[in-house]
Amino acid sequence: MPERRFRVWRGDARGGGFQEYAVEVDPGMVVLDVIHRIQARQANDLAVRWNCKAGKCGSCSMEINGRPRLGCMTRMNMFGADEVITVQPLKTFPVVKDLVTDVAWNYERNKRIPPFKPRPRGADGQHRMMQNDVDRVQEFRKCIECFLCQDVCHVLRDHDRKDAFVGPRFMIRLASLEMHPLDAADRIPAVRAEFGSGLCNITRCCTEVCPEHIGITDNGIIPLKERVVDRYYDPIQWLARRIFGRGGEH
Amino acid sequence: MEQTIRVGGHARGLAATGRTDRWWVGTLLTLLGLTGFVAYATWAAFQPGHFFHDPYISPFSSPLLFVRPGAAGAAPLQHAWFGAWPSWWPSWLPASPSLLILIFPLSFRLTCYYFRKAYYRAYAASPPGCAVGALPRSEYRGETGLLIFQNLHRYALYFILVFMVVHYYDTFWAFFRDGVFGVGVGSIVLTIDAALLTLYVFGCHSWRHLLGGKLDCFSCDASSRLRHGAWRKASILNASHGLFGWLSLFWVAFSDYYVRMVSMGRIHDFSTWG
Ligand code: SF4
Ligand code: SF4
Ligand code: FES
Ligand code: FES
Repeated sequence: MPERRFRVWRGDARGGGFQEYAVEVDPGMVVLDVIHRIQARQANDLAVRWNCKAGKCGSCSMEINGRPRLGCMTRMNMFGADEVITVQPLKTFPVVKDLVTDVAWNYERNKRIPPFKPRPRGADGQHRMMQNDVDRVQEFRKCIECFLCQDVCHVLRDHDRKDAFVGPRFMIRLASLEMHPLDAADRIPAVRAEFGSGLCNITRCCTEVCPEHIGITDNGIIPLKERVVDRYYDPIQWLARRIFGRGGEH
Repeated sequence: MEQTIRVGGHARGLAATGRTDRWWVGTLLTLLGLTGFVAYATWAAFQPGHFFHDPYISPFSSPLLFVRPGAAGAAPLQHAWFGAWPSWWPSWLPASPSLLILIFPLSFRLTCYYFRKAYYRAYAASPPGCAVGALPRSEYRGETGLLIFQNLHRYALYFILVFMVVHYYDTFWAFFRDGVFGVGVGSIVLTIDAALLTLYVFGCHSWRHLLGGKLDCFSCDASSRLRHGAWRKASILNASHGLFGWLSLFWVAFSDYYVRMVSMGRIHDFSTWG
């Protein structure tokens, strides 16, 4: 069985460094398998978060050779035979231990998003919507909350504007609520102010790393930005609203 | 480049990254592509003539507002919308029709969501690549500060829709020399230009939004059902918006070059007119 070399960051919030491991790799393994083998054979105290090993729970986010990825969906055969594989925790969130980061900030932000507020029921007492109307929203529901997009977004990653920008994952959650045919809440003022849609400069790294291939930028953030333009920046629509009331919005 | 290693072992600073792939290839190609286009377009915009060779007019000079009759390779006076070149035009500026109109397509592309991504990455290193260190700033403000004008992209779209009609008009007449129908290489070049521009414009994010994306309910009434259909078609083009952005950018410069070269007599335009 071929041996592969791994550099894994070990440490906690106070500091740490890269540790090298030589590991036997079997055909068909993914990076998370190798991390588990290191844990089983060489470093019992190596911390890694995982759950499903099927790319569906979003727990095993890490940075592999500098790229934010799911450990369980990164196959070993995509690396060159002699390549040293570097594994690090996410950069954007504080390290708890080794590969485990504290992503609580995301859950805190999520709580601030105004929840779904259903419209009144139809005359027959039912809520009804057509598939056409929810296709868009369903794309966003594929999100597994791996937070790889949050990790790669330079607004959070490099500029640390967690104070002003909610990040791509929650922009698409906002989009899924805003575009919902049965939702009656208005989140556009908050999208612009509290959640900071203007901070995103649509450079699309979130879309590039999303393991669910959600069109975060094209289908979520840009349409939200356009709705913000309708409300705040488009002089003709502003005038129409002044003259015709809310009807000027369409 | 000096890289400080911190908790987590991530490199920090401009262009610092742990990535081992060639992430910079895309950024570099974008830089070269955009710089090449801007250099050519600037040069071409300051040329006073050779934007016309019957029946072709360069897309850089159309709509043709004024002409200075007699300039080498200029269109005849009757082609200009408003007649002869204005006398107030400063003498130190070349009498180039492109200077009057290029601002419209330029502002359309400048505020295009796709090209914004392209030049924010390639020129502003904001960021230069994904998980690659962005240019450090004291306070990052994204598109809320100086860049707030990007929100007016849809107004540039309105102008470009008019331009598109003009381009189709030019393309139509590119098949008639002295009233005789025919086909030249130039007619085909201009047809492709109009087609690529159409594919680019109809995939625009603002267009997609205004067509139907702004609605929450697509099935609520007849008009929203109609708009849903239009939105879906725009969405198909939108998925390749960057590709059509590049193709149309390249082709419009090439079309100008082609007409210019034919007009200067450097290229022979093969055609059925003989
Ligand atoms: S497109 Fe916007 S949200 Fe996505 S990574 Fe870039 S700046 Fe962040
Ligand atoms: S949007 Fe994609 S990358 Fe972001 S958290 Fe959801 S699944 Fe992960
Ligand atoms: S372990 Fe669940 S996504 Fe990787
Ligand atoms: S978004 Fe590219 S042209 Fe409008």
